[in-house]
Amino acid sequence: MTQAKTQFGYRRHPDQDRPGTNAAEHPVVVVGAGPVGLSFAIDLAQRGHKIVLLDDADRIGDGSRAICFSKRSLEYWDRLGVGERMVDKGVVWSVGKIFHGASQLYQFNLLPEPGHKRPAFINLQQFYAEAYLVDRVEELPDISLRWRNKVTALEQRNDRVVLIIDTPDGPYGLHAAWVIACDGARSSLRQMVGAEFAGQMFEDQFLIADVKMTAAFPTERWFWFDPPFHAGRSALLHRQPDDIWRIDLQLNPDADPVAEKKPENVRPRIARMLGHDKFEFEWISLYKFQCRRMDSFLHGRVIFAGDAAHQVSPFGARGANSGLEDAENLAWKLDRILRKTSPERLLESYHIERSAAADENIRESTRSTDFMAPATRQEARLRKAVLALAKETEFGKRMVNGGRLSVPSVYDTPLSTADVDLWRGGPRPGASMPDAPMAEHGASMFLTEAFIKRGTQFTLLEFGSGAATDAPSGVSAIRIGGESGLIDSEGLAAARYDAEPGTAYLLRPDGYVAARFRHPTRGRLETALARASGLN
Amino acid sequence: MPLSTSSNFAKPDDAFRAIVEAHRGLNDEQSADLDAALVLILANHIGDIDVLREAIALARHRMIDASQQQQQ
Repeated sequence: MTQAKTQFGYRRHPDQDRPGTNAAEHPVVVVGAGPVGLSFAIDLAQRGHKIVLLDDADRIGDGSRAICFSKRSLEYWDRLGVGERMVDKGVVWSVGKIFHGASQLYQFNLLPEPGHKRPAFINLQQFYAEAYLVDRVEELPDISLRWRNKVTALEQRNDRVVLIIDTPDGPYGLHAAWVIACDGARSSLRQMVGAEFAGQMFEDQFLIADVKMTAAFPTERWFWFDPPFHAGRSALLHRQPDDIWRIDLQLNPDADPVAEKKPENVRPRIARMLGHDKFEFEWISLYKFQCRRMDSFLHGRVIFAGDAAHQVSPFGARGANSGLEDAENLAWKLDRILRKTSPERLLESYHIERSAAADENIRESTRSTDFMAPATRQEARLRKAVLALAKETEFGKRMVNGGRLSVPSVYDTPLSTADVDLWRGGPRPGASMPDAPMAEHGASMFLTEAFIKRGTQFTLLEFGSGAATDAPSGVSAIRIGGESGLIDSEGLAAARYDAEPGTAYLLRPDGYVAARFRHPTRGRLETALARASGLN
Repeated sequence: MPLSTSSNFAKPDDAFRAIVEAHRGLNDEQSADLDAALVLILANHIGDIDVLREAIALARHRMIDASQQQQQ
């Protein structure tokens, strides 16, 4: 079994020396140093705020958790300064194959078009992602990361939250203007605020095995329905760095967990799957899963993100990736609230946008799960028909659901300004910005890099017509074309944004489109900016 | 386009017969498999989720009516 990759020491903080009547006050306390809490803390620290980040453990969790990180997550990590490390270590893949029985039904390619900085997905063990994020946190003096600090009590007041935190040196108190709960599926903060967390529990058990093998095997996602080595059930094979392979086997609902987990019982089945037995186990675990979310992600001054707020089945890589989307959605909004450039009600849009995304993720992953584990004979019959039709028809292939992989949600949100012009394509308000290759002073770069260079703020993306529109104050500008603009070297930016000379997109600090205009005026931009800032 | 319930076949008896004959020689299990495939093929051909939902609603409605009549 894999040992913890990184161990961190508990260190006493001067806050702990203060008497309970004079507890330290902090603007933001983040609870939970997983991928979501770490990313959120880095984002907000880069925006100039001081963060206290608490975690009840003193090490990065080992074992098998998230492994698939999406293009959107990588683009977010680029903004946080860790994208390159993740991609360098990760396994890049874009081809998936679906098998039924012994034969291949079809294959798909997730990134059929070139001209994006980041691939559709990388596979990377969660502990590497966390280790790189911790390294980044340690470069940022504004983040105080405190291991073995466990929140044991929480009291909400009008203007603050009072936290009691247990440590190896005993408890101490902290006051926080805002608490961000990123403390995972078993969130203790969720229980402390008394929130319901109801949803659907799936009866099927799945066995996860991470095995190390050095045999040559393609870097692809393979999914089987009713494979010869695991009759009647489904199986998934996925490559990770360090010659580790993730194997996911669906078990019968009545399977005996203790017997199923024994390596001597798992080994023969996996040997049949791989066609050889040259592998060692790194990890074996059994799980059942639930799909559920909190009714509200906002509880006074405590805001929930990631698995603490919503849980999905693992098929579709929608857990960690949606948690990271929570972080990027919340960070810029809290930044503006702390700077008093937006009212606190801007947070309502966090709940509106991200709870709708959670619903979509739950719907998609529930459908995948239902397809893999039909509940009735008729459901099984319909699935059998789809699998049979998939061999000879395109529509059948598209109905086969072995997991619909995470894509960023499109928000129906009060922050968006509705289109008034005619558009034949491009991202609509509420959609995230597509990447495109650019050139600047003869050097090639990507549009997502230009967005980072301009400060990851509200940004006006303009397609040149000569006269540039004045961006409202506090809004950066990216100009494409014209005399001084970036060069749309392959014409892909214009195509992906359905741009004509004069076209302008107002991007939010999380890279989502707030508004777009064929003929922007200062007045229309001001109005759209105010709306996207929660000011009207 | 709403679900069409007017008669669309020039010879409706031919259509009914074709479906009936497709089931000849099949046991219940095989017949159910055939129907499942047929439903999916025809649903895709229609290619309109609203029409499909209307068709499902109509089929279910008939079924519920029939079971209520039986109870009376």
